[in-house]
Amino acid sequence: MSDISLTNVTQNYYDVLKEIGNIGAGNAMTALSQMLQCKVDMQVPQVQLMEFKDVGAIMGGEEQLMIGVYLAIEGDITGSIMFLVKHDSAKHLVNKLMMGMASEGPEFNEMELSAMREVSNIITGAYLNSLSMLTNLKIYPSPPSLALDMAGAILSVPAIEFGAIADQILLIQSRFSDDIEIDGYFILVPDLESYGKILASIGVM
Amino acid sequence: MSEIIKVGMADLKVCISPNGVTTLGLGSCVGIAIRDPMTKIGGLAHIMLPDSKSIRGSEGNIAKFADTGIVELVRLMEAQGAKKSRMTAKLAGGAMMFAFQNKSDLARVGDRNVEASKQKLKELGIPILAEDVGDSYGRTVVFYPETGDFVIKAVGKPEKVI
Repeated sequence: MSDISLTNVTQNYYDVLKEIGNIGAGNAMTALSQMLQCKVDMQVPQVQLMEFKDVGAIMGGEEQLMIGVYLAIEGDITGSIMFLVKHDSAKHLVNKLMMGMASEGPEFNEMELSAMREVSNIITGAYLNSLSMLTNLKIYPSPPSLALDMAGAILSVPAIEFGAIADQILLIQSRFSDDIEIDGYFILVPDLESYGKILASIGVM
Repeated sequence: MSEIIKVGMADLKVCISPNGVTTLGLGSCVGIAIRDPMTKIGGLAHIMLPDSKSIRGSEGNIAKFADTGIVELVRLMEAQGAKKSRMTAKLAGGAMMFAFQNKSDLARVGDRNVEASKQKLKELGIPILAEDVGDSYGRTVVFYPETGDFVIKAVGKPEKVI
């Protein structure tokens, strides 16, 4: 039944997965925009099949300093979802959430990191919720786990998970921004078997 | 003119002095730098997973695993004229990037990558001169076969040479 391999990913699958990214990230953006009380724009999601050696560079280089929040996905499908924001932009995000009360300078204090975790929890929840409604699959995220580090190091985590079963990685990436200050990404990486389940549930395979 | 050769994730490169070789943003992956001090031929492997045998469908990229990646790097270095009996190694990476609560196997992948790399080097009789592994932060490394210096940079930490 729902068997998919990276060699038979057709244009049709890409289109469906892109639409999933669109709906998921769209819901997440609505949640974020309500929290921040400002407009947040989203770019058309990308579904990418890429070599591992290229993964680290998808967001401005392996050494780009980022805050990455990771949630494992369990239930009918497994894999992970990550919310990543460039370091300086994460500071703006936290400052907006805290009504301009965030600390000065580039460092994050414990309360600010906690705010990042919480906002990630809410918006990835919105993303996964819409995916769950669309597919009728049960999807449960783990509690959020946060890292402030180089993009390459953060992205090695979903890459390693996917690497256990394949020589390339297939991911659904959505980018969002507000007018000037906030620049961030969602990456949904279901494992290979879960891609099959998702596609089957919408009746495209 | 010397250049710095770049190695990506699940990738490996041989490098001859005066050139250097680098990999950026090592997370739970491990960077294995090997050098023959006589010929000054070196190399760097950026492995993602410990063991090719425990993984299904792993026929493809041998640079992805500690066991096959190290063997391949040694083979390529020997093809350039390096001698295995003279080779020495240095390790970096294998961090735990996120504190997972219940996916214990995945959380330990950094440790397992380090263990598997050491095991393979031991089998090949290549001594490990230095290491900077574990903990919870990413590392960028540069290796110079001329001196054997393995430079390690991390966010918010002073640069160090092992």
